Amino acid sequence: MRYHQAVHDVPVIFEPCERPEVSEPFDPTVGGAIPRDLQRADLALPDLPERDVVKHYVNLSQMNFGVDNGLYPLGSCTMKYNPKICDEVVSWKTVTDIHPLQEPSTIQGALRLMHELELMLCEIGGVDAVTLQPAAGAHGEYTGIQLVKAYHESMEETRREVILPDTAHGTNPASAAMVGYDVLELPSKDGCVDVEALKAAVSKDTAAFMLTNPNTLGLFEKNVKEIAGILHDAGALLYYDGANLNAIMGKTSPGKMDFDIVHFNLHKTFATPHGGGGPGAGPVGVKKKFEAYLPVPRIALRDGMYGLDYDWPQSIGKVRAFFGNFAVLVRAYAYIRMQGGKGLESVSENAVLNSNYLKEKLKDSFELPYGSLRKHEFVLGGRPLKARGLRTLDFAKRLLDYGFHAPTIYFPIIVDEALMIEPTETETKDTLDKFIDACKSILKEDPEILKAAPVNTARRRIEEAKAARDMIFSWREYEKKLDSTGRTK
Amino acid sequence: MEISKCSQEMLQELHLGSLEELFADIPKEVRTGGLKLPPGLSELELRREMENILSPNKPASSHPSFLGAGVYHHFIPAAVRTIVSRSEFITAYTPYQPEISQGMLQSLFEYQSFMSELTAMDVVNCSMYDASTALGEAVLMSNRVSEGNKFLISRSVSPEKKSVAKTYARGADITLAEVGYDRETGLVDLNDLKSKVSEDVSGFYFETPNFLGPIETHWQEIRSILGSRSMVVGVNPMALALIKPPGEMGADIVVGDAQVFGTPMNLGGPMIGIFGCKVEHVRKMPGRLIGMTTDIEGRRAFCMTLQTREQHIRRSKATSNICTNEALLALASAAYLAVIGKSGLRKIAAKNVENMRSLSSRINLVRGFVSPRFRATHFNEFVMTSEIPYDKVNKELLAKGIQGGFALDRQFPELKSSALYATTEMHTKTDHDKLIAALEGIR
Repeated sequence: MRYHQAVHDVPVIFEPCERPEVSEPFDPTVGGAIPRDLQRADLALPDLPERDVVKHYVNLSQMNFGVDNGLYPLGSCTMKYNPKICDEVVSWKTVTDIHPLQEPSTIQGALRLMHELELMLCEIGGVDAVTLQPAAGAHGEYTGIQLVKAYHESMEETRREVILPDTAHGTNPASAAMVGYDVLELPSKDGCVDVEALKAAVSKDTAAFMLTNPNTLGLFEKNVKEIAGILHDAGALLYYDGANLNAIMGKTSPGKMDFDIVHFNLHKTFATPHGGGGPGAGPVGVKKKFEAYLPVPRIALRDGMYGLDYDWPQSIGKVRAFFGNFAVLVRAYAYIRMQGGKGLESVSENAVLNSNYLKEKLKDSFELPYGSLRKHEFVLGGRPLKARGLRTLDFAKRLLDYGFHAPTIYFPIIVDEALMIEPTETETKDTLDKFIDACKSILKEDPEILKAAPVNTARRRIEEAKAARDMIFSWREYEKKLDSTGRTK
Repeated sequence: MEISKCSQEMLQELHLGSLEELFADIPKEVRTGGLKLPPGLSELELRREMENILSPNKPASSHPSFLGAGVYHHFIPAAVRTIVSRSEFITAYTPYQPEISQGMLQSLFEYQSFMSELTAMDVVNCSMYDASTALGEAVLMSNRVSEGNKFLISRSVSPEKKSVAKTYARGADITLAEVGYDRETGLVDLNDLKSKVSEDVSGFYFETPNFLGPIETHWQEIRSILGSRSMVVGVNPMALALIKPPGEMGADIVVGDAQVFGTPMNLGGPMIGIFGCKVEHVRKMPGRLIGMTTDIEGRRAFCMTLQTREQHIRRSKATSNICTNEALLALASAAYLAVIGKSGLRKIAAKNVENMRSLSSRINLVRGFVSPRFRATHFNEFVMTSEIPYDKVNKELLAKGIQGGFALDRQFPELKSSALYATTEMHTKTDHDKLIAALEGIR
């Protein structure tokens, strides 16, 4: 164990000790054109030399762990390495300095790129049309369920319910609820959709069934065709959550599995960096029958010129201003072009190989529910930890001490003390072996060490309950609270 | 397909003969035979190809552009790029493990702090996708805070935002109704607002400066007309360096876009939605919140908090479905504001006002043009009206290598042949001269 994260005491940028003597007195007449009754009286922002600001954030960055620091096997998030060329391309002025309302004749390159990306996603997803507008995966789900609603309304039907398995990502039920649907969570059987239960649950009130395949346990839903049949026979639609697409590229596609509406997570499958929480991009693809409802504008190619087409009267309208997270789209486009068709297929092969290798090596130390072969990720049960008075959380925190980001924990909820592990294709066997050794070594450690972990990170265990109690969301509130308790600053 | 030695070893450990066997669980009936995509490219080939594809784009740096309408061309100090390019930030994800993610967590807390200070709101979350979706979420939240299935929205709001708000409202069975603006001042038409505020109205959204440029002055009147209904205010956060913040004027929810702070235009994405509210409504707000706390040794620390509002815990009962947000842009905003500083920000904002006033009055002197259209205080955007159809003006400008303002004819037919012009600190006098000369040449 050689990992030690940098530990800096970096004051909050608003703190007096971070404010050397460069501050000028507040001059309310700056912007003298603003009438007095509209003028701002004060603005408590820092005034620091550039040198100190750079020091501040560089030191903060050293207290942050990204894929570039090491293995980040956060299940369902596909934390793969992002080729640097893709970041460099989006720093070009032909990307950064173009405005969405420019005359289409002056952004032909951008429109062409988006049009070609749509076509490539059609091929990968097995769909007929794509919108790039949604800003993230959950936003794609939201868009997709709006499409479901628009479709049923055009059939003059009111259907009130969206069904999904209990292993579904939390965004699925939340997205369906935001579009106004009641949500029915279906208990799984052997880790997969319980087909009989689904049959019993589907009715004339069912608008759609949301599914990811492989599912969040990393299991391929073999009955997907039958599931599609059940839904379609009832006039309902099948929605594909694309979070797990990294497992199946070139092997199968949502379209081939008879899904009607699909979202893609470009920041997962197509290697655009996750940015500490975003931006992402969540394009949505559909079969021909649902194209009319896609958000506007659509990108159209006519007589060799790319343009914007608003003439889709049945469209759901817009889900976001303009065209989507363009800089993310450019990165994903570059990644797909770099990989090519064969490269993407090989991405999935290696993602699945790495996942199964890890699973095989770790399954005896934990519990592996539901059969053997997995796709890009797998979920271990943490009951053996429990037997030693430990929780999965303790194990996860100890992994940090070894220089690995923790897997996703306590999800899906059907697995007790779950550890959801997704190594991705970009990690070598050597890294995986080191991770395996670390896991095994942790399991042999004194339980007290795990309970006290982490110790090699910038901070030790965080008092999360205190944060919820104190509710300090800004420096302004912090100062107010200090004032009110009479403590000195 | 070629297979590496390491892969071979791993396959052997799995007792598998080929990679293909890893996919044995996918039924034949749903198998596809590979992808019909062009062959892969080396990094050098890719670079050439990307240059080739992107080169037809005309960036604002190569021709003066007077477009704004929600996306603005501002200066970005080099230090901001240095900070947001740090691998540790850019390749991390949502800080689910706070002990190893303090850097991003503190940066996001600082972003929340900057936005809280600028807007004077108690709580600002650590980002939404953009201003339009922040507005959509505000419509939904207003409905949770104050009962009522109707929401009022000012007419002087961008068509993009209105369209998104409509989509969000439809999902929740909320009806949107429009409140007009005063044709002289461009400000909220108080009589129209009064006539439309009814029992079933949960809130009202207006902007300052609004889409057409004017900075709102009738705060007290609007607040009193609304009573206990939500007052939802849209802001350009850069203008808040100079003007009174909505938090001091009684706003319940504030939305906006922080793209102006350190993020390039990028064809309008990614942007970063600001979302703030009063602390008493914090449990009803969407999005992630970072809170200050300590670690077990008592050292100051930060973590995500009040997560029971969120989808990964509350599922269908969550306040929103948002998961991935715009964290890196929140970092960019914090870094921008820190680098520019208070004095710098106020100077830049003042330069925007100065440029707007100068350009607007110069356009007004050109025969055939009236500017600004509205008798009001503006920030960096204004409406100009031309005698000849604006489409024609735009075409002629384009022919002279100038990207004119955003044509309003379609969405604001009452303004006849008008356009929305934005000018920022990026414009030099030469840029303005070029536009004026071109306008003078139009007959």
